[in-house]
Amino acid sequence: MTRRKILNNVMLALTGVCTVVTVSVLFLILGFLVWNGWRSLDWNFFTKLPLAAGELGGGMANAIAGSAVLILIAVAIGVPIGFIGGIYLAEFGGATSSALVRYTADLLNGVPSIVLGIFAWTVIVVPLHRFSAWAGGFALSLMMIPIGLRSTEQFLRAVPDWLREGSLALGASKTRTILSVVVPAAKQGILTGFILGVARIAGETAPLLFTSLNNQFWPDKLGEPTASLPVMIYTHAISPYEDWHRQAWAAGLVLLALVFVANAAARWILSRGASVQRG
Amino acid sequence: MAQNAALLTPPQSRARSFGRLLRQGDQVAHLLTLIFAASVFMVTVLVAYELWIHSAESRARFGLGFLFSRVWDPIAEHFGALPFIYGTLLTSLLALLIAVPLGVGAAIFLSELAPARLSNICTFLVELLAAVPSVIYGLLAIFTLVPLLRQYGEPFLKKSFGFLPIFQGPAYGVGYLAAGLILAVMIFPFIISISREALLAVPREQREAALALGATKWESTWHVVVPHARLGIIGSIFLGLARALGETMAVTMVIGNDPAIRASLLAPGYTIAAVIANEFSEATSDMHLSALVELGLVLFFLTMILNGLAQLMIVATTRKGSGAR
Repeated sequence: MTRRKILNNVMLALTGVCTVVTVSVLFLILGFLVWNGWRSLDWNFFTKLPLAAGELGGGMANAIAGSAVLILIAVAIGVPIGFIGGIYLAEFGGATSSALVRYTADLLNGVPSIVLGIFAWTVIVVPLHRFSAWAGGFALSLMMIPIGLRSTEQFLRAVPDWLREGSLALGASKTRTILSVVVPAAKQGILTGFILGVARIAGETAPLLFTSLNNQFWPDKLGEPTASLPVMIYTHAISPYEDWHRQAWAAGLVLLALVFVANAAARWILSRGASVQRG
Repeated sequence: MAQNAALLTPPQSRARSFGRLLRQGDQVAHLLTLIFAASVFMVTVLVAYELWIHSAESRARFGLGFLFSRVWDPIAEHFGALPFIYGTLLTSLLALLIAVPLGVGAAIFLSELAPARLSNICTFLVELLAAVPSVIYGLLAIFTLVPLLRQYGEPFLKKSFGFLPIFQGPAYGVGYLAAGLILAVMIFPFIISISREALLAVPREQREAALALGATKWESTWHVVVPHARLGIIGSIFLGLARALGETMAVTMVIGNDPAIRASLLAPGYTIAAVIANEFSEATSDMHLSALVELGLVLFFLTMILNGLAQLMIVATTRKGSGAR
């Protein structure tokens, strides 16, 4: 009896240790990044272009702008497909066709991002014979679509059926019902899904390495190679220059702050939505 | 004439009803949304197709031998994937070895022991960990993990377990061990959050029955709850494995980039994703590109199979759980 009790206590304590270890990894990561990043961050980082390798100073303003351009392209392609496809899954789709699309979306979500990069390279870089923001944005949109699709579907399904029935009983068509009743009722959740999608692609590096490549200058044409924050972090971190390492830390801190703010915003929107619905 | 009239009426009425449908818009909306949803399916198929087409040259030249050749020589244009497959599998297995006990342990704590509030906060924190971009893990690994391993971790392992072939050779810091460690950190958020869901879906009666029979909390958890959620937990492990296999940036930055097969975990190696990341934009010959795309194809199929199985398992458990509730 005592042996069983001891085993019980030991094992339960061990699961607690596991939790402490995993959660403390997050704080270690945050601690290191804030400690190193904060010392490295200065105003130049946000306003100056990068200097030639080995020179002191300079910033990553072009990479911040480039990342914004790439994300905008990804959103312009990914949001409509994810959103409208999600409406199909939740409102129109039959059991088989929905299950098929849902399953492929989950598979697409699991495809390594570098493979999606190769795909974007084959369909955009190869025919156009050049690396471009289009190719990078397209690669990112492929990661955005399944996230948006599944979250749109999930939140539309959470809308109670009596809302739909009420609207249909008043004589509204199904389309009108979806647009005026179902989607508005689920809009916080859907928005959350897309914000999380943006947070996910904002830090993606692998699919950009051979699609949008990199650039030392401002992004002025979408058909040109474009700098981005994640790729800059990569090239600076593996370079042999002290000052570039410093800037990589600064960029890492800025990127992580963006990702965490997006995550927190998504949570906040969702919790606010829930309290509105309850009240 | 009569024949004509008979032919004419149905299309007219069909046209009228089609016009009515158009006005209502439901069928149009159905079709439109179907096209967008189907495009997701098409894109996934197209990914496989493009990888297949663009690796044709390499597949024709090396055939199945591509997977078993140890030579990767872009100058002589001889390409074999074995060092990369080995490195990918080794680092991923290492990651699982660390992440599975930790992840499942934490999931048990969060679902069975922790009060709901604490459990939710911890899960949120762990999910934030999953949101950290891969390149940031790489950055941290290069400047903190690798020096630590080189100075303390690897010399310690060599001194204590140096008789084992897996802990021999010089301590570089970079290598399979560093990659495995960083991968473990990157996949345990997935294992924790999905395993926790699966455990929470186990009906309360199962636990109560075990406790009523005199089992301790641990016995009820380990012998009743965990087996009940088995499929979901295995699914989460598969998902983590698929993630680890395809993980690129962090691994590229710490694996050491050496296309060789070595037994020692301390040695530098290479993975499929890392070689694609390093060589793709600089590949000059068509054969080199084709071989890299074929590596992408291998990765694509591996992760497809793992994810396919994982999704089925996760769906099966969550459905079973919520059905029993």
